[in-house]
Amino acid sequence: MRLAVFFASIGLLGAAELPRFRWENFTTAQGLPDNRVYSVCVDGDKVWAGTDNGLALYQNGKWRVFTPADGLAHRAVLYLALDKQTHDLWIATMGGLSRYSGGRFDTFSQLNSGLPNDVVYGVAAHGDFVWVATAAGGSRLNKRTGEWSIFNERNTPMYEIWTYSVTAAEDKVYYAVWGGGVLEYDVKTERWKDYNDPDGETEMVLFKDQGLIHEITSSVSYVNKILWVATYFGASRYDGRNWRNFLEKDSGLPSNFLNQVKSVDGTRTWFSTDKGLAYFDGEQWATYRPALDTHAPEMLVRNAAGETSRVAVDTAPAHNYIFGVELQGDDIWVATAKGLSHGIRIKQETGKP
Amino acid sequence: MRSGIIIGLAALGALLLSGQPSAKPGRYPNPIDVALSSDGSRLYVVCEGTDELVAVDPVTLAVVARVRVGHRPRGIALSPDGSRIYVTNSWSDTVTELDGTSLAVTRTLPAGWEPIGLTVDARGQILYVANRLSNDVSVIDLAAGSEIKRLAGGRGASYLAGDGAHVYVTHIYPNAGKFRTEPESEITRIETGQSTVDARLRLHNVAGVSHVALSRDGRLGIAAQLRPKNLVPLAHVAHGWAFGDSLAVFGEDVGGVVQLPLDEMERYFSLPFGVAIAPDKSRAYLTASGSDEVAIVDLQRLVAAARSPERDTLANDLSASARYVVARVPVGRNPRGIALSNDGTRLYIANHLDDTVSVLDTAAGRIVGTIALVGPAIVDPQRRGERLFYSSKFSFQRQFGCANCHLDSTFDGLAWDLEPDGFGVDIVDNRAIEDVSETAPFKWNGGNPDLYTECGPRTERFFFRSQGIRDADLSDLIAYVGSIPLRPNRYRLPGGELTAAQERGKDIFERARRKDGSPIPEENRCSFCHSGKYYTNRQLADVGTGKPTDRSPLIDVPHLTNVAYSAPYLHDGSARSLEEIWTVFNPKDTHGVTNDLVKDELNDLIEYLKTL
Repeated sequence: MRLAVFFASIGLLGAAELPRFRWENFTTAQGLPDNRVYSVCVDGDKVWAGTDNGLALYQNGKWRVFTPADGLAHRAVLYLALDKQTHDLWIATMGGLSRYSGGRFDTFSQLNSGLPNDVVYGVAAHGDFVWVATAAGGSRLNKRTGEWSIFNERNTPMYEIWTYSVTAAEDKVYYAVWGGGVLEYDVKTERWKDYNDPDGETEMVLFKDQGLIHEITSSVSYVNKILWVATYFGASRYDGRNWRNFLEKDSGLPSNFLNQVKSVDGTRTWFSTDKGLAYFDGEQWATYRPALDTHAPEMLVRNAAGETSRVAVDTAPAHNYIFGVELQGDDIWVATAKGLSHGIRIKQETGKP
Repeated sequence: MRSGIIIGLAALGALLLSGQPSAKPGRYPNPIDVALSSDGSRLYVVCEGTDELVAVDPVTLAVVARVRVGHRPRGIALSPDGSRIYVTNSWSDTVTELDGTSLAVTRTLPAGWEPIGLTVDARGQILYVANRLSNDVSVIDLAAGSEIKRLAGGRGASYLAGDGAHVYVTHIYPNAGKFRTEPESEITRIETGQSTVDARLRLHNVAGVSHVALSRDGRLGIAAQLRPKNLVPLAHVAHGWAFGDSLAVFGEDVGGVVQLPLDEMERYFSLPFGVAIAPDKSRAYLTASGSDEVAIVDLQRLVAAARSPERDTLANDLSASARYVVARVPVGRNPRGIALSNDGTRLYIANHLDDTVSVLDTAAGRIVGTIALVGPAIVDPQRRGERLFYSSKFSFQRQFGCANCHLDSTFDGLAWDLEPDGFGVDIVDNRAIEDVSETAPFKWNGGNPDLYTECGPRTERFFFRSQGIRDADLSDLIAYVGSIPLRPNRYRLPGGELTAAQERGKDIFERARRKDGSPIPEENRCSFCHSGKYYTNRQLADVGTGKPTDRSPLIDVPHLTNVAYSAPYLHDGSARSLEEIWTVFNPKDTHGVTNDLVKDELNDLIEYLKTL
């Protein structure tokens, strides 16, 4: 936070409505296969963690680890997506795409399937399709027919094929193309459209809110017809008509470097940055992290008027460098560079943690 | 008809079947599955050959109704209250719903590719259908009449049984695995609360899993299965046991999954298929579709064996079945699906290639009646050949028949070490045999110029280790093999036109130039070797896929019809998918020119190949 910090009561700033958490952190000491946790995915009471050295499942208070010896495509698990229909888990790794279903791993690689590339950064399952973001373009698996379609510079407006993230809904599918903005697929018309930074491939923002904030996109989240885009130079929100951009200097974002954005309902949105976990409720912002200097637990609040305050907290996520989040009811799970954090929601109505 | 009452319906039929269509002339009914109405007043028989559901009075054993359903019906299930009957139509990719009282067809429901088995959940709300060619399970909302999702099953998902809390699904082709490793299968468990797969019970060294049944208390499950010994030369047939005809026992009564044999020393129980468990859990019944028998299994003894300290070694013990198989009762030809009366006193057995249903008195352990379903009066050569194809009587000690490897006249998804030339030499992938009569020569090295050679003395000598096939029998067998039709190709659009990707793939298949414009030698074009109606020029070619363990690098150019269904690929089954043929086994462009293709184009080529 570069703005002056006002030490005010929560009530004065309206921060009481922002979620507060008691953080429990998991590392290799508790059974994670690696502290570098790239992704987290919740399926009911099961929590999946994708780490640099295997896939881990937390259930009934215990961790279970899966490695390539179990059938996992690669030890480095970059992203996890749940098929909400079947509850199969789709696993993006540095060595292909795996599906975990009822205890069985099925692996799809560029050699044994139509997957375009084994470096898989993102995956999304919706209906009969699995959408995949790879280092050599996007692709789509039709689960019913087994057909793989590839989307790249030859059949879409994509000029950079390094796709980093994908989000799929009933009407639209969006790819975050690292260095190439955002690609939109219209499910009905089967047509593609790209969204790019109107200021080109520069770090300048000449005309804010006139388009995507930057070409280097890292994550997309599409909920209730609202698209959120995370970039390495700020965040963007697009409602199908207007863009709104968010920067560290004029929002509650703790950093312009974003690894992931995940929207709850199009308005309430979580941001995974290199300087902490941020939350935006449409007016107010909150940041959860160990303080950058003292590493003491910290919760910062920025109200609608732009005033910033610090909320006294006893715990914080495991690390500032956040890769991603997943909600579990009122709770949140956070993948960080040094462990997985469970944010247990503090019921503020009672005034008790 | 070996015993009991035969109800000849030729004269009686007109009276009993007033207003009902008769069996299709010239077609054998081929009963494949049976079920009883909830009140026990009707026996329903699924007739695969005539596309009918036949209703029988289980007291008089008379056929009382015939109802046309879809093409190639395979399985039957009733709603818990008996008000609805569901029949899978394996070649129509649908399920026919009939009124349980009037037998009127009320709806046709969608399913996946080649639906086989089905079951209704305990609430009567969800229908689960196992789809063999899409390898999945359709979850159908019966109120809406629509499929709400598909669950990933094992490869060749086929049969199901439910106990309320769970549905268990088997599959006939093994799941994809590494080359020359023991086959892996599973029993897929679906929890019915959310209709999701919550477990897969591992069946190691197993393929060809057929029916599965559960005890009424849900604590014991039994599945019929094969343990193929495909990794060692088939020369060992002479020493016994090319296939382990066996069952998998699972559930709380057992704890885990235990495989137990049904074979006996020098008396094999070939190709087990149907399973039923007595309501009082005293006995189980299994059909041997190759040995034409029903085994009666004492469940107390079976569970004791499955819980014994040596339980993990019994699967390979030919003396083990004596512990729990208490009788083997001869029935009709190629017995398949079975059903018990509600009180467990009668077992009904669909004799697929006799067009009959046997009635077994379970207390006496003998056949007390036979229901004739009325087929053509003349048993033609194809029919005789079909019976030979499914029978194990020609092999040494009656161990197995053609259908052990060509399950339901298809393939088994395995690569075999057939030759008597030592371990690991001349490994052969098991090809599909639909519509092959004009694709000679046969065998992967093209060594058999015609079906007579392929199916005759060499099969006797190298497969069956016997010399029992008479010339007349061989002619019949070939008549049948030559008549096996192609299954519908699901990758083609209804009008026969190609999708955009398939069109692009066709251009690649037929191209004469590389992408840089240089010509592709004629013999190195896809469409040169894979030409003609069946996509084979019927010649030998060295496409660089031979292995040091092959006696010759020359490979018979295989036909490509329905190639999408028959993984693994290449002559030895070393390519697990169509993609691997080129991504792994074609580094020098000797098996067609493909290395100038980008991945998109290779995907297009594969999409086209799937339509052939």
